[in-house]
Amino acid sequence: MAARHKSVETKYMEDRDKVLRGLRRLDRRTFLKVLGASAGAVMAKGLMPPQTFQLVNVADASVDKNASATGAPGTAPFTFAYISDTHMYVRTLNQRFVKGAVKAVEDVNALDPQPDFVLFGGDLAQTGRPDELEQGKGVLSMLKAPVKMMVGEHDWFYDMGEKWQELFGPPNYSFDWKGVHVIVLMSVHEKDFWTARKLTPAERMDIVAGLDNPIQSRFEVGDKQREWLRGDLAKVPATTPLLVFSHSPLYKYYRNWNFWTEDADQVQALLKPYRNVTVIHGHTHQMLFNQIDNISFYGMLSTAWPWPYAPQGLPPLTVQMNRADPYDQLDGLGDGQVDVNKDGLADMVYNLWDRNPVTVPAQYLRSRGNVDRPPAPQFASY
Amino acid sequence: MRARLFTPAILCAVAITLMTTAWAQAPAPLAAPKAQNQIGFPAKLYSWVIPPDNPQTPAKVELGRKLFFDDRLSADGTVSCDQCHAPAKGFTDQLPASMGIHHAFGQRNAPTVLNALFNTLQFWDGRAPTLEKQIEGPILNPVEMGNKSFDDVVAKVKAFPEYQQSFQTVFNGAITMDNIEKAIAAYERTQTAFDTPFDRFMAGDQKAINASAKRGWSLFNGKGRCMSCHGWNPTQPLFTDNRFHNIGVSAHKSDFVPLARKALVLTSQGGGGLQQLDQLAIQSDMSGLGRFLVTKQPHDIGGFRTMGLRNLLVTEPYFHDGSQQTLWDVLDHYNKGGVQNPYLDGGLLPLGLSESEEDDVIAFLATLTSPEYAGVSNEELEKQRARSKTDRPQRDEAAAMGRAGLGPGFKGPFGDMTPAQNEENPASLGGN
Repeated sequence: MAARHKSVETKYMEDRDKVLRGLRRLDRRTFLKVLGASAGAVMAKGLMPPQTFQLVNVADASVDKNASATGAPGTAPFTFAYISDTHMYVRTLNQRFVKGAVKAVEDVNALDPQPDFVLFGGDLAQTGRPDELEQGKGVLSMLKAPVKMMVGEHDWFYDMGEKWQELFGPPNYSFDWKGVHVIVLMSVHEKDFWTARKLTPAERMDIVAGLDNPIQSRFEVGDKQREWLRGDLAKVPATTPLLVFSHSPLYKYYRNWNFWTEDADQVQALLKPYRNVTVIHGHTHQMLFNQIDNISFYGMLSTAWPWPYAPQGLPPLTVQMNRADPYDQLDGLGDGQVDVNKDGLADMVYNLWDRNPVTVPAQYLRSRGNVDRPPAPQFASY
Repeated sequence: MRARLFTPAILCAVAITLMTTAWAQAPAPLAAPKAQNQIGFPAKLYSWVIPPDNPQTPAKVELGRKLFFDDRLSADGTVSCDQCHAPAKGFTDQLPASMGIHHAFGQRNAPTVLNALFNTLQFWDGRAPTLEKQIEGPILNPVEMGNKSFDDVVAKVKAFPEYQQSFQTVFNGAITMDNIEKAIAAYERTQTAFDTPFDRFMAGDQKAINASAKRGWSLFNGKGRCMSCHGWNPTQPLFTDNRFHNIGVSAHKSDFVPLARKALVLTSQGGGGLQQLDQLAIQSDMSGLGRFLVTKQPHDIGGFRTMGLRNLLVTEPYFHDGSQQTLWDVLDHYNKGGVQNPYLDGGLLPLGLSESEEDDVIAFLATLTSPEYAGVSNEELEKQRARSKTDRPQRDEAAAMGRAGLGPGFKGPFGDMTPAQNEENPASLGGN
């Protein structure tokens, strides 16, 4: 067990040793290998930052996309913004996370032109209390663009979604947008661990929010909702691009922290017939991207706190944002935009608040990392 | 007032400023190259920052010194480098913003030359990578030294016969802009400032600083959070992280987003070279954008370099626009968590420092004065202390103590960010 779970430091030292060992015996072959590795390191250190000013470039970018792509019929490029994982306590208890959420709202409102809609990625509240959710709705109501809501486990497990659904409607739904079929899932169902143990709502909420308590099950979309998804997709031809929003990643990243969806494989199987599928998820609070078969996955940034990368299971295509500056409450946090191209594939913009923004082009994932590798943010590590 | 304590030094500096023929004289004590055996001198770091293509030699340093104090280098022969970087004033001008030819004022506070060799980038916004390159800003800037071109400067120096021999010795006679820059930079690299009471304290002398300053050092590293940007360690004892932070100073008078859009248009039309950036930074309302002018990155809007803290009682007033008169004003600014704006650095929080805690931090800051400035520094401290009793424009007790945000409604568009202020004062936990 201990050998499999390597800390970030251990992995860093191992990588470093590998490079240094390579340097010691420099035949031509190893030399080239080391050269490649150090070129990667230069990129990863952010020595080639994207020279963009986002407020302006997003607008230009969505126009440029028209020229090159060969898309599905009827698909027009568009941009939507995202805000995710605000984790707001009530303001009188903790203002820091409220401030983060308001900052994100201001960011999105400053976009010119405005995005088509704003995806909220879940975990609006921290402990799922009705007053937190109402306060959250108040903050999001300051957005100028329409909001598409998604639910997270922090919103759900105090009253099993009662207040959230009263405020925002059903937790899973779908709609069509400019030729793309958009599906919002409720991916954080858990098996009942509370009834038999006679837990209070607050205790149930705390256990789920803690993520690593072993008495809870892993997150899942569940049989019922997968049936709904199958029915929803029955009407959608395989040439239509799909955009899927889920709170937890729709793959298995790291079980111990519930960075995980137990029935991810079944959901992926339902999405398999479609040529272009993009999954945007919250929950992991970090720059995170992955490609599995036909599906591109992007994790969203949080406005509350950044999570460290898990000790194992990190998708190899992910360019790490690495540790946040411990003195800087905004470092590693942010919001962002998704530019949907004419072919329905999505470029992801990570608008890191105290670092340079990073754009992850769809082609980077589709080519399995062969082209368009995004540079890591500057100030890579502390 | 100061002349009472430093009569020979002041007279000498004044004489150099006034008399153009003074270039040939021996340097005044405060202008002379500094010894490297100062307590706390970072010898290793020093060896790293001297550029290989511009090694220090005594003849080059001497030539650089002459150029530094020669006001004939400006367009109308009235402004030398030391007009804004006067040795007697800690190599600053002690003005909010600097005055150039024709008594024109810019918009930035002159940073000190002392320890500038250790800066990873020069200027408040880091628009020049080296001391050599930095010189290209003021020498052409219309409200500083005002020359039309580098060629004009070179022609001027060529015409002064007294420089012929020095350039012959140092650069084989080549009088070029490159070599003028190298010589001045070499002189500037001799201006180091250590050997302070604090350095002696860190070297083991418990009596070098008093109890209040020791409490201040503890607060500096704890509750005051100062060290998160103004860090000190034996290898890098400079009290700066060499990075850029929006602490809200220019939010007082800048509307960031329209300014940023304007700056983007202007720099894309004008090429965005050093000269253009220099003029935008010194002469335009875009000055308040700070680091953004250079990087065009939104998170750099309103960001300015973390200044080192040594000798800061000789380099008043404070901040990039010289807008704060006393260290009490500076601490009040940080104590309330800076000035709220959309690009405020995430490290700025209300600190909850009491009056006596601010006094302690300032007592610590006063121990960062090098011995040659001890007299003027003490006088300045007492002057500021007196002023702080009556005039505290930045004091916001409620915001500092985290009470402002608890009332009804948001305070400002971003609310207050208030940590619990009930933890024990770290100063009571250690630090002798």
